Amino acid sequence: MIPAAFEYHRPGDLPSALALLQQHGDEARVIAGGHSLIPMMKLRMAEVPHLIDLQAIDALRGIRIDGTRITLGAMVTQHELIAHEGLARVAPILREAALQIADPQVRYMGTIGGNVANGDPGNDMPGLMQCLDATFHVTGPGGERAIPARSFYESAYMTAREEDEILTAVSFDAPTGGQAYEKQKRKIGDYATAAAAVILTRSGATCTHASIAMTNLSDVPVWSEAAGAALTGTPCDEAAMLNAIAAMLADIDPAGDNRGPVEFKRHTAGIILARAIARAWSRA
Amino acid sequence: MNDLTPDRDDRTAKLKGIGCARKRVEDARFTQGKGNYVDDIKLPGMLFGDFVRSPYAHARVKSIDTSAALALDGVVAVLTARDLEPLGLHWMPTLAGDKQMVLADGKVLFQGQEVAFVVARDRYVAADAVELVAVEYEELPVLTNPFEAMQSDIVLREDLTPGTDGAHGPRRHHNHIFLWEEGDRTATEQVIASADVVAEEMVYYHRTHPCPLETCGCVASMDKVNGKLTVYGTFQAPHVVRTVASLLSGIEERNIRIVSPDIGGGFGNKVGVYPGYVCSIVASIVTGVPVKWVEDRMDNLMATAFARDYWMKGRIAATKEGRITGLWCHVTADHGAFDACADPTRFPAGFFHICTGSYDIPVAYVGVDGVYTNKAPGGVAYRCSFRVTEAAYFIERMIEVLAIELNMDAAELRRINFIRADQFPYHSALGWEYDSGDYHTAWDKALKAVDYAGLRREQAERLAAFKRGETRKLIGIGLTHFTEIVGAGPVKNCDILGMGMFDSCEIRIHPTGSAIARLGTISQGQGHATTFAQILASEIGIPADSITIEEGDTDTAPYGLGTYGSRSTPVAGAATAMAGRKIRAKAQMIAAYLLEVHDDDVEFDIDRFTVKGAPERFKTMAEIAYAAYNQAIPGIEPGLEAVSYYDPPNMTYPFGAYICVMEIDVDTGETQIRQFYALDDCGTRINPMVIEGQVHGGLTEALAIAMGQEIAYDEMGNMKTATLMDFFMPTAWETPHYTTDHTETPSPHHPIGAKGVGESPNVGGVPAFSNAVHDALRPFGLRHTHMPHDHWRIWKAAHDLGLHG
Amino acid sequence: MTQKMQITLTVNGTRHEILAEPRELLIHVLRERLNITGPHIGCETSHCGACTVTMGNRSVKSCTVFAAQADGAEITTIEGLGTPDALHPLQEAFREHHGLQCGFCTPGMITRAAQLLRENPNPTEEEVRFGMSGNLCRCTGYQNIVKAVLAAAATINSAKEAAQ
Repeated sequence: MIPAAFEYHRPGDLPSALALLQQHGDEARVIAGGHSLIPMMKLRMAEVPHLIDLQAIDALRGIRIDGTRITLGAMVTQHELIAHEGLARVAPILREAALQIADPQVRYMGTIGGNVANGDPGNDMPGLMQCLDATFHVTGPGGERAIPARSFYESAYMTAREEDEILTAVSFDAPTGGQAYEKQKRKIGDYATAAAAVILTRSGATCTHASIAMTNLSDVPVWSEAAGAALTGTPCDEAAMLNAIAAMLADIDPAGDNRGPVEFKRHTAGIILARAIARAWSRA
Repeated sequence: MNDLTPDRDDRTAKLKGIGCARKRVEDARFTQGKGNYVDDIKLPGMLFGDFVRSPYAHARVKSIDTSAALALDGVVAVLTARDLEPLGLHWMPTLAGDKQMVLADGKVLFQGQEVAFVVARDRYVAADAVELVAVEYEELPVLTNPFEAMQSDIVLREDLTPGTDGAHGPRRHHNHIFLWEEGDRTATEQVIASADVVAEEMVYYHRTHPCPLETCGCVASMDKVNGKLTVYGTFQAPHVVRTVASLLSGIEERNIRIVSPDIGGGFGNKVGVYPGYVCSIVASIVTGVPVKWVEDRMDNLMATAFARDYWMKGRIAATKEGRITGLWCHVTADHGAFDACADPTRFPAGFFHICTGSYDIPVAYVGVDGVYTNKAPGGVAYRCSFRVTEAAYFIERMIEVLAIELNMDAAELRRINFIRADQFPYHSALGWEYDSGDYHTAWDKALKAVDYAGLRREQAERLAAFKRGETRKLIGIGLTHFTEIVGAGPVKNCDILGMGMFDSCEIRIHPTGSAIARLGTISQGQGHATTFAQILASEIGIPADSITIEEGDTDTAPYGLGTYGSRSTPVAGAATAMAGRKIRAKAQMIAAYLLEVHDDDVEFDIDRFTVKGAPERFKTMAEIAYAAYNQAIPGIEPGLEAVSYYDPPNMTYPFGAYICVMEIDVDTGETQIRQFYALDDCGTRINPMVIEGQVHGGLTEALAIAMGQEIAYDEMGNMKTATLMDFFMPTAWETPHYTTDHTETPSPHHPIGAKGVGESPNVGGVPAFSNAVHDALRPFGLRHTHMPHDHWRIWKAAHDLGLHG
Repeated sequence: MTQKMQITLTVNGTRHEILAEPRELLIHVLRERLNITGPHIGCETSHCGACTVTMGNRSVKSCTVFAAQADGAEITTIEGLGTPDALHPLQEAFREHHGLQCGFCTPGMITRAAQLLRENPNPTEEEVRFGMSGNLCRCTGYQNIVKAVLAAAATINSAKEAAQ
């Protein structure tokens, strides 16, 4: 498995990277950790004449926690996310989810930016970011834009990011309440058969707000507003949970693959969501 | 004598002989990154070869345009079938008596088939050139199902004349390869027709792949000055490769040197002869420089040696009390596009007729139909002796189904049908002579070790809780008692391409008392350099640490048939002991001379010969070795060497009792192995540490196969599991902790009583895992569901039983 | 073919300046250009970990890193962990506890384990299994690998204590 030849660029700052993207147009792609792109290049399913490596751009690094606002530079790796104690305190769901991505080696290289920008429906972070109502920050020739994660994904590998833009950071408010990321997979290193990100807030015995997103159950991540609404104002009892599952099932559209046929995935999605809700509720 | 006892223990310990958990001598280089695998070999001027492969499972090749590839800087040659045809090498014989295209000759028959071979300066240029070879295909209808293939008008093998016999007799359809039968069909069918109880089931053992971590590859180097061809490669049988290469190329065997360097796991994958080897050799002959070919992982999974793919229809008959009275089996065997199964010539279904297992079954019949389909060729024994895994899975599933039919505990059903210890040597209804065994003892020990009754109680409690809606997890107890047949084989009925399946050992004792032994086998991780030295240490009294073991270089090693089918210890291990005994016999004469007594008045004692009745008078083996070379001894020629070619009188029959306790989540199909107990009886135990390691590894391969690993195709013949994302190999996280145990029933015909163990855990492991899944769902009416038991298939089984409301 | 580029790699403490195509994979540069053949190629899709090396303070699969990306990096391979006279405790422990058979996964396995123990000197069995889950082994069933890593951790820790 040998990739086709390409030219390599390692710009030292964002303007240089953007200029290279402009200059080479369709022929250029940026690379962060490369653990999605490089296998595709090796299988010659992606041809990239100009590869723009973002590793030397310091502005894309760093985890910032300003009060309740959290900003993750695009080049923050899954490993850094997991290791960051401050982040684990204010948004434990990130560590819980990141630990379920790929394997240790891949997590040293894989970045939050690459995971969300690639548009691979199998990636775990897009659904989580939708659950968190995160904002994706992109910079292009026209300047900076902020795109809500919930409107970023159009179809598999197609996103609201223009080809001449670079995703620089993601930001979100520290979630309150109980959180859970539940993922079923065949083994370490696999994409989800079904995964659910759930954040619930409660007041007394009542759920006051719920956000639910599902992964790898459609060609885009699915933030199910209706599923969240089905829990809000309820005691998160079995009836409410069944309503939330039914609402979620109306929003997903899984495809059959080696992990199983559609009917299995739909059933599993319901089970995984029920577990995520129960766990988040127990933590709320 | 008593005061000598500690001394004898000490001397025995120093030998590190049979029974010692000796640390491995191989590990120094492997742990320091100094292994020498095929892809580590670099020769001056070496080129790199890569294949253009078919994207289609069945298509006519209309044209191949190599001009753009040849125009690329760094490309030296592009070979197609037309280039190999004048040499008669566009096809090659398979190990099963069929023939196989080396490069596509007019059509392709499976996805990934080799179409053209690009030779270039390095692997990067070769990969670029592969992209530039333009092949025009005309797609043909695809057959991936053997039952359909046997009915279809579509002719897969147009090269075979309809109506002519194949290598194993008449072919009754153009996609039929052979029908092979054993046992008494009429008598078996009569027993079944009049039996109290008959259980019937179709048991599919799915297609999978050995997938060693190192793929297959070679470096071929034709030295045109000296006329000598050297091939370094991933060969589990280097001497056979030399003979085959000589027969195909016309180069005299003395001018061919085959070297198997360190091999990164074989598991059967590296028994086959692949187009890559042939093309590399031809390319080196054509270019006059060395040519390396190393598969990538997709090539490996798509094109080299699959395993299993047996549809086994079974009927088992019994009395009301559970005494088995007969076993009937018909197999539809999917061999893919070419019959390239690696089996001894007379056994096109390998040793599948060991399928009466550990049980005393008076009458049995087996028929196997081999069928061509548009899938990769192969059919190797993936960590098992030829088709024994399929046989063990079949009988251990049939026993479980019969237990359901009889409403009986499956452990008890096994116990009342075991061959008794006093029945050995035991003649099975399908023609085997089991050498030794004590199944009842092993079984009772296993059941006691896991507290079988306690487990059944816990399982019943869980079931009750499940029914009360308190849990969604069930417990399954997977039982297996397997009997292996390994160590092929007696030359009188086991050969490969006419080459008898003996093996060999050649020993040289050096004057100062260290030694080298060379064998016809080749380790792929089994630790031969460690364990064969232990056998020899016990036989000749030289410490294992002073004995070098060498294998794999046909210029230096004696001829042997290689390492697969757990045959190294039963056959080459026996040769080692026998050669050692020849050394000892000569040493005895030398010792007697040195001690000035008659030959019969000295006796071997651990590391020396002593005068009988006067143990203080002795000569150590080191002293004897020195004398053998440096002292003129009347009537004895100088030197201390021996060679033994061992033709075993029978195969060996290792056995074991495995118990797997599994939790199953009926909602998601997820499983967790809570406990796995493995009792193995491999006869005399040479190195307990190595045996335990083999069992751990084999069980993990069994776990993979039973629980998810498969080579799967869609209806178009596209391979769906061509990378390690989809081809299941468990990590440390999914792999459970294993408890190992043993009994020790030596083989009566093996010089040291050893039977071989490497493959037992795969043979016994697969039914143990599978039976656990079945056992969990048995209370809800599950009889049988096909492997692999991945999440969705378990879910589907539970779903079909109505467990999802 | 594109222009070759100058790449600087410090491997096991030795600085190398090489001319390579940007697309060359780190594993190929190590094995083919620098003759460092300890790390192996197993799956080529970043699943098996046979090619694991340490880059800076990260365990990486060198089949999925372009040499160009590694330009300027410090790399440690199995060859840099110990010497024949002074083996790394992991190298000792893998032999002692039979943590290897065919040896093909071993360099990647030990290199990964070394980084794991740097980050977590006192892992539990579960943490070892999780931390080593990026490395496949076909021979051992992992049980003795886990045992070896735990034993090496104890050795390293007691050596540290003795030094204090």
